[in-house]
Amino acid sequence: MSAKDEILGRIRSALADAPVAQEVPREYRKTSDMGEAELIDLLVDRLVDYKAGVDVIDAAQIPEYVAAKLAGASSVVYPHGLDTGWLSGLGEKVEQRIDAPGARLSIAELDETSAVVTSSAVSVAESGTIILDGEPNQGRRAISLVPDHHVCIVPISSIVRLLPEAMPRLAITRPQTWISGPSATSDIELERVEGVHGPRTLDVLMVRGL
Amino acid sequence: MTQVFLGMPAGGQGNLFETEPFPKAAHRELGNTQMRKNLRHATHTIRDKRLNVVGELPDWEELRDAGSAIKNLTMANLEERLEEFEKNFTARGGIVHWARDADEANKIVTELVKATGSKEVVKVKSMATQEIGLNEHLETEGIEAFETDLAELIVQLGNDKPSHILVPAIHKNRTEVRDIFLKEMPVVDPNLTDEPAKLAEAARKHLRKKFLSAKVAISGANFALADTGTLGVVESEGNGRMCLTLPETLITVMGIEKVLPHWEDIEVFMQLLPRSSTGERMNPYTSLWTGVSEDDGPQNVHIVLLDNGRTRALADRFGRTALNCIRCSACMNVCPVYERTGGHAYGSTYPGPIGAILSPLLTGIEVEENGSLPYASSLCGACYDACPVKINIPEILVHLRGEDVDANRDKHKLPTQMDLLMKGGSWALGKGKNLGLLEKALPLGRLMSGKEKKIKKLPGIAAGWTASRDIPAPPNKSFRDWWSDEKESK
Ligand code: SF4
Repeated sequence: MSAKDEILGRIRSALADAPVAQEVPREYRKTSDMGEAELIDLLVDRLVDYKAGVDVIDAAQIPEYVAAKLAGASSVVYPHGLDTGWLSGLGEKVEQRIDAPGARLSIAELDETSAVVTSSAVSVAESGTIILDGEPNQGRRAISLVPDHHVCIVPISSIVRLLPEAMPRLAITRPQTWISGPSATSDIELERVEGVHGPRTLDVLMVRGL
Repeated sequence: MTQVFLGMPAGGQGNLFETEPFPKAAHRELGNTQMRKNLRHATHTIRDKRLNVVGELPDWEELRDAGSAIKNLTMANLEERLEEFEKNFTARGGIVHWARDADEANKIVTELVKATGSKEVVKVKSMATQEIGLNEHLETEGIEAFETDLAELIVQLGNDKPSHILVPAIHKNRTEVRDIFLKEMPVVDPNLTDEPAKLAEAARKHLRKKFLSAKVAISGANFALADTGTLGVVESEGNGRMCLTLPETLITVMGIEKVLPHWEDIEVFMQLLPRSSTGERMNPYTSLWTGVSEDDGPQNVHIVLLDNGRTRALADRFGRTALNCIRCSACMNVCPVYERTGGHAYGSTYPGPIGAILSPLLTGIEVEENGSLPYASSLCGACYDACPVKINIPEILVHLRGEDVDANRDKHKLPTQMDLLMKGGSWALGKGKNLGLLEKALPLGRLMSGKEKKIKKLPGIAAGWTASRDIPAPPNKSFRDWWSDEKESK
């Protein structure tokens, strides 16, 4: 008998008493009517608590802010679907590297790249979580992982209060990364310290009018 | 317990065993005052954090109710859910393997690694691979496994054993960690201080090259979603993202109980898990992947679905809810026994209150010294209150004590349980609330008493007494419960 058949057979006999499970009660909060100003405040509060950098800006200010965040960078990678206008404020000193299908940067190249700029799919204010779901303006997972500095654009229109409100907005079968602050660990005496293997600096630009 | 099926399912193997009676192990560990100090500090820090972030959510109890019900529903239809998961994961290019036990899982993983030609693997923290002793097995096959989670790294470098499921090195303080790094890391700054940030940086440097060059990664999974074929890993440091994204081959080892029916179910568990485990509103990183994604991440993706005693636990109708555990570790962080003895005293990969029920359920109560584990509790009920999926650990402990009595009737092992039971007594009687929780075990006493309303056997050390006489069954309600019901109906 195959392992699968045997295990499924064991499950059948283990459940020979035919346990009846109750319907799942879903009385938890599924929606909220929090206004935009409060949503922004809540998300800012959470991200600051995680030690991320946060600015709330207008769409027209993106190039200026991206340039300011990348002031010390020598190179930046961006996904092929990103609005390149966002990078238009960068000086010549910052080398711009596109990561596109058929023209992928190698892991070694990513490791030598100082920063990455991506957009994001949806953000959950209550838990301070920014979700990337692999849209062309966010790119494949490696580019937002290997460089040590992540500048992430969060359109204010993509902020929801609750996790259940975020779920229907996500592309289910593409790989997703949920990010709540820069890389951190609580492994030493259960105290959170920021900065381990993922990007050690996370700058979030929350943008009106996108 | 009367088994209603034919043939007892095989028990789990691997690191699931208490090798000496718990009181003896506990006694030895209690002598380690540094460890006790470290543990006390860490568990108290996390308790306060957890209470704060849990208190923030007005619907915490509703989330717990949903989490518990989703798990019960999954277990009741486990066969269908697993088949559905396999179908969807396979349709997206993933390959599913089934392993009856630890040996079989270890063999499957070894063959998969060998097929890649790689002699080393990077690993992201996984209870399941700890349980089956995968690293040790790989070593005998000439494959080196590198743990990448900071706490696992501390344990691995220090040639130590994990003592907590979330923070395996919780028994070490910062200075001890620094000393291990200085001694064991091939390249390390000799002036390394014991600041946690500096220690984290040392770990980053130590592992960076490994991540960037690894061909094969081995992971666990926090959940598998049946209706989409998606797997998820919840982590903090980014070592998980590294392992799940950069290598060509990804092998995930996951217990069969980790499957969830629907994609939306993670909206419940991703609220319950981080708040219960690290006391954060959300963990820094969660990765979700569905089979193979062209051009993004590993192209050779496997999952090993592991039984190793889980069907045995499932067969125990009074104990099966232990399989609902999401490994958050809240129960150990609030446990007065764990706080004093530490995780090593439990022998198994799974320590604390959940370990005290899960290990004997997976292996069988009569195996090695696992029968002593259900006594590693004062039945104070703190674990039940803290558990995000509402596993009634005290009730299962009492049930398993009964099983142990049955198994050991002739062996006269019982007096060794005296020490802990006595300590437990003082805890239970020290607070009115604790006593109330003990009384909640009464309906179970009734269950054991059967039709004649006489208890024929008592669990634990009282069993010697009931072996020769019956005692009348307790009333089906404790006075406290009766009193509050009465008040409500007025
Ligand atoms: S038993 Fe409950 S509290 Fe303990 S680790 Fe499992 S889910 Fe968490």
